[in-house]
Amino acid sequence: MHELSLHILDLLQNSAEAGASRVSLVVTEDTPQNLLAIYVEDNGKGIAEEMLEKIADPFTTTRTSRKVGLGLALLKATAESCGGNLEISSQPAVGTKVSASFRLDHIDLPPLGNIAATIMVFLTGRSGMVFSYRHCRDGKEYEFSSQGDKRLSEHPEFLIKVRGIIEAGIKSLK
Amino acid sequence: MKSLEDLNALKQKSLDELKLRESKDSVRIVVGVGTCGIAAGAREVVGAFLEELAKRNISDVSVTQTGCIGLCVKEPLVDVVIPGQPTVTYGNVDASKARQIVAQHVVNGLVVGEWVVNKL
Repeated sequence: MHELSLHILDLLQNSAEAGASRVSLVVTEDTPQNLLAIYVEDNGKGIAEEMLEKIADPFTTTRTSRKVGLGLALLKATAESCGGNLEISSQPAVGTKVSASFRLDHIDLPPLGNIAATIMVFLTGRSGMVFSYRHCRDGKEYEFSSQGDKRLSEHPEFLIKVRGIIEAGIKSLK
Repeated sequence: MKSLEDLNALKQKSLDELKLRESKDSVRIVVGVGTCGIAAGAREVVGAFLEELAKRNISDVSVTQTGCIGLCVKEPLVDVVIPGQPTVTYGNVDASKARQIVAQHVVNGLVVGEWVVNKL
């Protein structure tokens, strides 16, 4: 994955796969603390304790079709190679919280990339998904939320406009 | 498109158009957006499908997503599901192929044989 926003899309897809109807994404860039953090929280089915212990192992998956599950393993490797870490806490039937941190000035830190496109794709076809996004950059904040209108998630023109609005919102943080 | 009012106006227009779609069997484009699909460029492919459909003002085709189906080497994978016809799976799709799939297959009904990996 060449952008952190692709990892974010992967995390959001995990939440959807877990049956979540409510997902929140928070991205924090804090220059004084030299920290970039990504938080995803959902109300999906959660992860059992024994699975949680080995969840970032690339040969761990809930799928029965094959034995690899690379998403979290790749994110953990990226976070750790950038002086950060990956933490996951979960309660079955309640939901899951994932947080990934990175050193903001680390030479290997991938670019954040196109978060607006990530959110547009995540919302595509996801009727009923209540989604919120907050981006904090050195004291400035941008927020976007979608109440999960059943039909709008399928309308191309609407989704593209949403992408444009988020792009403008992120730009305003500079 | 600058304000919330503009977005609300578009919401109403979109809902009106979608009412038409719900009244008939619609065409579906399903993109594989698992870890493998994302790493191979599925996000750009979904974006290209949405842009092409919006550009052509097509509102009776829905774009949806699925996870990994086990053919990671051929990602991004795209299914085109047209009621009454075999489901066609395209492999190694990129943004430019996505636009061509809309023009040739979805609009004109001609399967782009060169990129097909499966037909069911």
